[in-house]
Amino acid sequence: MAVFLRRSSSRAAVTIGVLLLTTSFFIPGASSDNRDAARGGSNGTRGGPGQVLQVEKEQRNSSVHQETHTNSSADHKKPFPVLSFNYDHVRTPFEISLWILLALLMKLGFHIIPRVSHVVPESCLLIVVGLLVGGIIKAIGEKAPVLGYELFFFYLLPPIILDAGYFLPTRHFMDNIGTILVFAVVGTLWNAFFVGGMMYGVCQIEGAQLATVDLLSCLLFGSIVSAVDPVAVLAVFEEIHINELLHILVFGESLLNDAVTVVLYHLFEEFSHAGTVTVVDAFLGVVCFFVVSLGGILFGAIYGLLGAFTSRFTSHTRVIEPLFVFLYSYMAYLSAEVFHLSGIMSLIACGVVMRPYVEANISHKSYTTIKYFLKMWSSVSETLIFIFLGVSTVAGPHAWNWTFVVFTVLVCLVSRVLGVIGLTFLINKFRIVKLTKKDQFIVAYGGLRGAIAFSLGFLVTDSQMKNMFLTAIITVIFFTVFVQGMTIRPLVELLAVKKKKESKRSINEEIHTQFLDHLLTGIEDICGHYGHHHWKDKMNRFNKTYVKRWLIAGERSTEPQLISFYNKLEMKQAIMQVESGSSAKLPTPESSVSMQNVQPKEPVRQRAIPSISKSREQEIRKMLRANLQKTRQRLRSYSRHDLLIEPFEDHVSEARLRKQRAEMGRRMSHYLTVPANRQEVPSVRKVCFEPEHQVFTYDTECPNIQTSRPPDTVRLLTESHQRTNQSAELQELSAKETDIEDQQKVSRCFSDPGPKSDQDRDGSSTS
Amino acid sequence: MGALQSLPAQPEYIDLAQKTGFSFEQIAILHKRFKQLSRDEETLRRENFSQIPDLACNPIRTQIIEAFFDKRNYHQNDVGMVEEIGFKEFLVVMSHFRPPSHRMTEEQRENVRTEKLRFLFNMHDTDNDGTITLEEYRHVVEELLSRSGALGKETAKGIADAAMLEVASISVGHMEPDEFYEGITFEHFLKLLKGFEIESRMNIRFLNMDTSTLFFLFSFSSI
Repeated sequence: MAVFLRRSSSRAAVTIGVLLLTTSFFIPGASSDNRDAARGGSNGTRGGPGQVLQVEKEQRNSSVHQETHTNSSADHKKPFPVLSFNYDHVRTPFEISLWILLALLMKLGFHIIPRVSHVVPESCLLIVVGLLVGGIIKAIGEKAPVLGYELFFFYLLPPIILDAGYFLPTRHFMDNIGTILVFAVVGTLWNAFFVGGMMYGVCQIEGAQLATVDLLSCLLFGSIVSAVDPVAVLAVFEEIHINELLHILVFGESLLNDAVTVVLYHLFEEFSHAGTVTVVDAFLGVVCFFVVSLGGILFGAIYGLLGAFTSRFTSHTRVIEPLFVFLYSYMAYLSAEVFHLSGIMSLIACGVVMRPYVEANISHKSYTTIKYFLKMWSSVSETLIFIFLGVSTVAGPHAWNWTFVVFTVLVCLVSRVLGVIGLTFLINKFRIVKLTKKDQFIVAYGGLRGAIAFSLGFLVTDSQMKNMFLTAIITVIFFTVFVQGMTIRPLVELLAVKKKKESKRSINEEIHTQFLDHLLTGIEDICGHYGHHHWKDKMNRFNKTYVKRWLIAGERSTEPQLISFYNKLEMKQAIMQVESGSSAKLPTPESSVSMQNVQPKEPVRQRAIPSISKSREQEIRKMLRANLQKTRQRLRSYSRHDLLIEPFEDHVSEARLRKQRAEMGRRMSHYLTVPANRQEVPSVRKVCFEPEHQVFTYDTECPNIQTSRPPDTVRLLTESHQRTNQSAELQELSAKETDIEDQQKVSRCFSDPGPKSDQDRDGSSTS
Repeated sequence: MGALQSLPAQPEYIDLAQKTGFSFEQIAILHKRFKQLSRDEETLRRENFSQIPDLACNPIRTQIIEAFFDKRNYHQNDVGMVEEIGFKEFLVVMSHFRPPSHRMTEEQRENVRTEKLRFLFNMHDTDNDGTITLEEYRHVVEELLSRSGALGKETAKGIADAAMLEVASISVGHMEPDEFYEGITFEHFLKLLKGFEIESRMNIRFLNMDTSTLFFLFSFSSI
């Protein structure tokens, strides 16, 4: 903390935030009561009537204000108030904004200090800040807002889950879905029963004063505390960059165990009221699990399809596209909550189903908007959750019982380790890529508990037990987040766990991924074995022939994945160029391979085909690229390339193009003596398009200039020969393409001649 | 071997098992499938493969079928194509898709990876000259996009060009303008797909069950 305070800027940020917040508590003073942001009905079940933040209180305040006004005007005839102070009627939004501002200032402060943020994960720091603020508030004597049910489950959690679900790496997720399900369902069940059972055993110990705790309450407690929390997992794992497999295992488990948690929680809640459990009840519990999980997924899928279908028609109203994504997903979540189904699974299903179709339909800007809004909201939510956790810890009623708490922590750890080891043993029999001991350790160690457990704990009926449970839950959360969260990074380093691959999706890998898919499907068909690939292929074909046609606008629906991938790649490069500007020289890439190096040499006897100059080659390449673009534009009736025809960008690139055209025209007319008969163009050895480099060398012989091309290129050659006005042609060509030729992988990779070899602006770059 | 062939005796199985690494049950299953495909004859021809209905929708079926008749895949250092194959060759080709065993040294893993990549390389290099030229690569991409109709050809060229350029950049780095990149050799291919983890991806689960029964279970075997 001392280190922390030494940095004046962050200190300023923190103190401003804290001061603002505390003044807000001071000013309204005694007139405030019931400041809970939303203390979800402690005896309500999940999804009870929502008590939206103090709306009625606001109304009450304004009506009071009215009365005083009428009173004053009737009795006193005061002079017209020029400046008046009325805090109450902006109180609610003011406080909400202050909290959010505080959270963000904290976040800002932490990232300014590099040292601390490397050692301690952000979640820990935020909890500590929450503790501080909670302490301050308590010291003042005010009641702090508590992380209640509605606030957490309806406002803070959905953005995080939607962000996770929308950007879920589907391929990895589906490849490992079996493992994830086993961990999520069986693992959570095991944890719940083990913890519940053991704690019941602990409670029977004489002298612990815990005899009042019965089995069902212990089981309820077990089910609350055993669920791995997606928020905490995300917060910690995000920073350690482990390989995708482990990440998706732990993360997927934390998402999918929601169904189990919901069912178990309701089950034990009902049972502890009823008092007895029958076999029928147990059986119904199992049925309920299937209903909750599958129903949630169904809801999500329906809303996802609706969203995809809606996005098909948004080509004229691009601005509201992101809203559809957000609202349909939120509706999916809320609808599932209405029926007590698993809202998290519904949200995930909605995001996963919607994404491929929506992304094919919306504009690039909408895509960026969705991405950034989701990241922004989830970031704010996460920060707020952790701060509130800290505040609620200080505020909440606690009943500390050494035995119970210590044993809870121990038993949770033990059950997690045992569960992971046991399940991995089973799972490895079915996996091709087995989980090693290291993997198992990380999976076990990454089972963090978080705010979901806390909020669920709040819902337990009020009693002495509830406070004790809450204390234990908080302790477990703190332990996992602080101890496990802080130590996981050095442990990952120590164990040399594979980190996330710095994946630059290369086009070769994409080609081979597709190739391999088809190959494996083919081999499976030859074997007569209906395996994984067979069904995946069938689903893809079904998707292509029926679903895509309905949900994707225009001709985009028939575009194969390879092409869309390639186009995305080109698009990215085009944008990079537009952003970087042509004047900036890119650093020298190590390779200076050009297309001509790749084209095969024509054997000598085919000299009939004219040899062409470098500039000619460049023109041809430009034409080819233009054709490719035309192809793309033909493909779609709307364009994700809206970016390229945006007036601003158009203007910028237009200016650049004009400049370039002028340059090229100048150089062309100066140095290129192109005879009227374009058959015998003297070969140019090298060409460079730096403005200052003017030297052309001519060779009389034609070394391996690109002479041979498949027939269609020859056609293009003849086409270009017809044009007489070379510069006009060039202009036309340059106008066709908005991406500057330099950094395009396909075409412009000329190696620079000797002297200015460092200006390899034209050098090719790897993808 | 006689016209009506019964299951090979155990010693033959042992020999095959040693050569390919399959277990006896897996060999028996595959043998049954072989006989099913070949209509109880001893050898398989290309027509037998074309009769598999599901294979008809596969864009690269020609290459897959050719791979079975390619002598380079028989581990005998031979080149060329054959017209018909026996069970042994069938099994050897299938063995390329066997999952690697759990405990393997790094060297063994490398060998497995090289072998699988060699198979892929042979599939691309159709003229047996040891390199994948631009034409051949274009052909590969065209086949992959063959379902997309007319626009496939042009875009395929663009994609193949881009891919080839990338390989050249990765493998060779700096090239003078008068140098010529012949094509992707096997070493370049290895380098290109280094991060691809092919040993864990190019696998079929040959479970120890009869292929005709319990296929329902198989479909959930994506654990």
